[in-house]
Amino acid sequence: MKDEITREDRVDALGGMGCKRKRVEDARFTQGKGKYVDDIKLPGMLFGDFVRSPYAHARIKSIDTSAALAVDGVVAVLTADDLRPLGLHWMPTLAGDKQMVLADGKVLFQGQEVAYVVARDRYIAADAVELVEVEYEDLPVLVDPFEALKSDVVLREDLVAEDGSLPDGAHGPRKHPNHIFTWEVGEKEATAQVIDSAEIVAEESMYYHRTHPCPLETCGCVASMDKVNGKLTLWGTFQAPHAIRTIVSLISGIEEHNIRVISPDIGGGFGNKVGAYAGYVCSVVASIVTGVSVKWIEDRMENLMTTAFARDYWMKGRISATPEGKITGLWCEVTADHGGFDACADPTKFPAGFMNICTGSYDIPTAYLAVDGVYTNKAPGGVSYRCSFRVTEAVYFIERMIEVLAIELNMDAAELRRINFIRKDQFPYQSALGWEYDSGDYHTAWDKALKAVDYDGLRAEQAQRVEEFKAGKTRKLMGVGLSFFTEIVGAGPVKNCDILGLGMFDSCEIRIHPTGSAIARLGTISQGQGHATTFAQILASEIGLPADSITIEEGDTDTAPYGLGTYGSRSTPVAGAATAMAGRKIRAKAQMIAAYLLEVHDDDVEFDVDRFAVKGAPEKFKTMKEIAFAAYNQAIPGIEPGLEAVSYYDPPNMTYPFGAYVCVMDIDVDTGVTDIRRFYALDDCGTRINPMIIEGQVHGGLTEALAVALGQEIAYDDMGNVKTGTLMDFFLPTAWEVPNYETDYTVTPSPHHPIGAKGVGESPHVGGVPCFSNAVNDAFRAFGLRHTNMPHDHWRIWKTANDLGLHG
Amino acid sequence: MIPAAFEYHRPKDMEGVLSVLAEHGDDARVLAGGHSLIPMMKLRMADVPHLIDLQDVGGLGGIDVADGTIRLGAMVTQAEIIAHEGLAKAAPILREASLQIADPQVRYMGTIGGNVANGDPGNDMPGLMQCLDATFTLVGADGERQIAAREFYQAAYMTAREDDEVLTGVSFTVPSGGYAYEKQKRKIGDYATAAAAVQITRDGETCSGAAIAMTNLSDTPIFSDAAGAALTGTQVTDSDIDAAVKAMLSDIDPTEDNRGPIEFKRHASAVILRRAIARAWSRA
Amino acid sequence: MTDKMHIKMTVNGQAQEFLAEPRELLIHTLRERLDITGPHIGCETSHCGACTVTMNGKSVKSCTVFVAQANGSDVTTIEGLGTPDNLHVLQMAFKEHHGLQCGFCTPGMITRASKLLEENPSPTEEEVRFGMAGNLCRCTGYQNIVKSILAAAAEMNAAKEAAE
Repeated sequence: MKDEITREDRVDALGGMGCKRKRVEDARFTQGKGKYVDDIKLPGMLFGDFVRSPYAHARIKSIDTSAALAVDGVVAVLTADDLRPLGLHWMPTLAGDKQMVLADGKVLFQGQEVAYVVARDRYIAADAVELVEVEYEDLPVLVDPFEALKSDVVLREDLVAEDGSLPDGAHGPRKHPNHIFTWEVGEKEATAQVIDSAEIVAEESMYYHRTHPCPLETCGCVASMDKVNGKLTLWGTFQAPHAIRTIVSLISGIEEHNIRVISPDIGGGFGNKVGAYAGYVCSVVASIVTGVSVKWIEDRMENLMTTAFARDYWMKGRISATPEGKITGLWCEVTADHGGFDACADPTKFPAGFMNICTGSYDIPTAYLAVDGVYTNKAPGGVSYRCSFRVTEAVYFIERMIEVLAIELNMDAAELRRINFIRKDQFPYQSALGWEYDSGDYHTAWDKALKAVDYDGLRAEQAQRVEEFKAGKTRKLMGVGLSFFTEIVGAGPVKNCDILGLGMFDSCEIRIHPTGSAIARLGTISQGQGHATTFAQILASEIGLPADSITIEEGDTDTAPYGLGTYGSRSTPVAGAATAMAGRKIRAKAQMIAAYLLEVHDDDVEFDVDRFAVKGAPEKFKTMKEIAFAAYNQAIPGIEPGLEAVSYYDPPNMTYPFGAYVCVMDIDVDTGVTDIRRFYALDDCGTRINPMIIEGQVHGGLTEALAVALGQEIAYDDMGNVKTGTLMDFFLPTAWEVPNYETDYTVTPSPHHPIGAKGVGESPHVGGVPCFSNAVNDAFRAFGLRHTNMPHDHWRIWKTANDLGLHG
Repeated sequence: MIPAAFEYHRPKDMEGVLSVLAEHGDDARVLAGGHSLIPMMKLRMADVPHLIDLQDVGGLGGIDVADGTIRLGAMVTQAEIIAHEGLAKAAPILREASLQIADPQVRYMGTIGGNVANGDPGNDMPGLMQCLDATFTLVGADGERQIAAREFYQAAYMTAREDDEVLTGVSFTVPSGGYAYEKQKRKIGDYATAAAAVQITRDGETCSGAAIAMTNLSDTPIFSDAAGAALTGTQVTDSDIDAAVKAMLSDIDPTEDNRGPIEFKRHASAVILRRAIARAWSRA
Repeated sequence: MTDKMHIKMTVNGQAQEFLAEPRELLIHTLRERLDITGPHIGCETSHCGACTVTMNGKSVKSCTVFVAQANGSDVTTIEGLGTPDNLHVLQMAFKEHHGLQCGFCTPGMITRASKLLEENPSPTEEEVRFGMAGNLCRCTGYQNIVKSILAAAAEMNAAKEAAE
């Protein structure tokens, strides 16, 4: 029997950082007591539903709402004409463009919002939607951005001056009516010179197809205007509730203190719920007009067709190296399909997000990136689907270019990576395209990964498989997919990161209650990441109160401090830092209280797990619980009563998590069916707050990566019709198609983050997509394949094999 | 996704069903499990003013294996087919195929009758029924009639069933020999990219008979007499299988969709059929 | 709109009686009429399983059942599986093994798993993956869901053995 409580026992009792704390969220979710937006029910609540365009590009000749309005239970039918007097028929986008809330004379993509029906229940609303008669005149459709840049068809007449000239866009000059911006980073001439004069150059064009985050819960909101008090409450699936409040205030004219935005439980986000959508605006207007609350919930087709696509990048690369494989230069040109409006969700100064992280994990001395944004007749959006801004595109690009260069050099791709990694002693590392990587130890991670999977053994097995295939003994090839990624997350420093002018800091406010429990509120919002669990762990370690005694609250703008929300893996790097810093303010005050109680000088006490003790006399101490009570119970000279703190944290830099992934895949050359035999994922996210949650994030991110790489796409036909609008065709894998993953880690703390944490939620997606894709490409390398585009669904793999002559 | 309003009928017997059908003609549709029809109604792609729910109609259930014949009532679900040991013994291809249809929840609701009567080229049971040379029983105002599965399908969603008839059951002779149901799909819950149903009998080293049908490769299921004939009397060598595949390929007529272009589908069909024949032969 | 029907059903052991349009979807009956909001709406085309309930002993997707069809039936949702003081083994196992993240698929997932374990009390991993393939999850990658269900099965079997 243990008779003494050890220091270790005290650490364990806190449930602080590093422990596999079970999630406090789970009790309600496992009992069906989560509160999602569609669970909200208010007295007299009405339902909104959209009339949507069946055409991708058409002029609207007339809209007749009379039959719909005649239906019993229909309260209103809004069109652009109704919103125009309020100035709400268009709204600003996050990318500095503007977007129609309801079709103003024309439509630019299939599914675009044309009219908004408000009715007593969702059945009546759906019936009335069918009765709104819209007369369209169809226009030529542009679904190819290269065509769009040559076409005489002007998609956005509103962006062409009367004299036919092109006013600058939000990101500078435009060179064609369908052109949005050109964004250049790096040394153009110098890079061209290096590559043109290099002995070894590899070139490749690749298309990162359009896809969609598709959280299981679609987007939606409930708007409730209280006309008596002049207060608007807006519940919704918002990944950035505070930013939504500011946007609603700016476009509606309602003062910000009269708007309360609440993100309740959110059924997954993955970027889909960052944007501001027509449904939110129409619901707010409808509530203001009717004086009753109005609910709007997307159905799945609406979700896939209209809110928040991701990717759609056409990328052209050139990479040069010495004959020994040392990379000397990288060139990347992107044509970005942004759809009918530029509604990409990126920090203002970064119209292509952080695509300039595309030099990856490698020490590349010279590089150049140019991105052209283009309008087409596709849905707007351009969100970061489980990644920081455009980082999946960047990492996919460089990890494919490395593989192509390895082929050019006739070199092993693992070795090529190794000799080009940024070395540990080079951190902080200045990249050629302008980032300062905070910390990394790539070689250690890579060696650990290759050893774990017996890389040499895999290559030997693969070589043997190729021989057997050539001898006609098997029809299955084996691919070894490699990827080494560096993410850039935690946007970000206010000096260069803002959204709509709002600096991308984040915040935490803590109140310690007299009895030694606490509540902390943050500017972020969990969508499954388990913030209520992990932020309490950070605080427990910082302030010495048990995590179980700390409530974490997010998502209510009336109570939480301002913050920019949760996306781009920014919660831990930014709000997590704010939490630690606020905790340290609590601790600083606690130190003074403790010193007073112990009758020593402030500097003579030190923090130890859950208490302040007199230096050199650990038996003289006051626990944090005792200190908390004293803060409310004692009159301490020179110290205000209470124990509260708030921190707004402006990160000095981004964080740069990294990882090494290996996928072993068997491919049936005849059917194109893939079988993932093994997947090993090593992640380095710096300090690990809760290993259980990290592992869960890795499993989930890898599965979303598998989906994107192997089949998940938003596909259009030539008429701009969406071909993948339901979950029959839009690929979300089931438990049956998903393998078991092996997870591993190294720990390289961030030097500038208060607790050294870097963020992990998106890494597996960023690193996973190229890993799966590289496995497919690698399987065919022995037969002369350089590159084939995703998604690697059955028929495309079959076609690759067929083009290589593998079907006899 | 909200369906349009409809009148709901839940008759207790077939007479009640037929009278609603007689009254409303093609404005009425019968509902079994509903997992094909209801999504179409929710997408407002199927307009059904009168919906006749068959769940209370007697005599439409039951799996009966007797005297060398298997009878399945129209309302027998895929889950019931999978769970039925006697059936699995008598015609194991049914369990093998049913396990490849949709997902567990849908199989609890999805029925053999709905699957075969709907005329959806993506459904698995029609091809399988053609392979087994099943007979469908239809009941209409003029009484009952039998029609061979191989005669039933005319085009996508077009069958030999008249608007005022109800498919009440399927029956077929207990199959003998080896069997295989081979299906390529993109994921659980998907329709087939290509699927093949094969039954083969064997006499010593020789194939004494083969029935072969494929699914989702034309606007109807494809039963290929020629493919079966190509195997009959042979020792089912690679070249015999090639001949059967060749025969089938001249009978199918796939279209391009999200599962791939025609060329791929033809290739996949050949591969799937080859595998099905090989597996069925190995079990014969 | 058509005439409303008189509907009687039992939900989580409680008799319910009301008038409804026949086209009302069972998921809306549960969520909007009866305020049973555990089952969720994910895809509406019977692919995702977020709306899974047990109806007359079968796992069904309640977005693809008309209330008229459910007339006379016995329905159990996640709310009927356990109570805060007496949780179902699966509810505990999902928490213990981190079998959920955003929680949106969880009620359907657990409801389906309860039926799976009823029919197959000692499934293999492969059987769990196949038996759960009608339920989509976007967060977990399924690995911990499978782990949770296998753990729950083991625990239920151990409890059964101990009782015998």
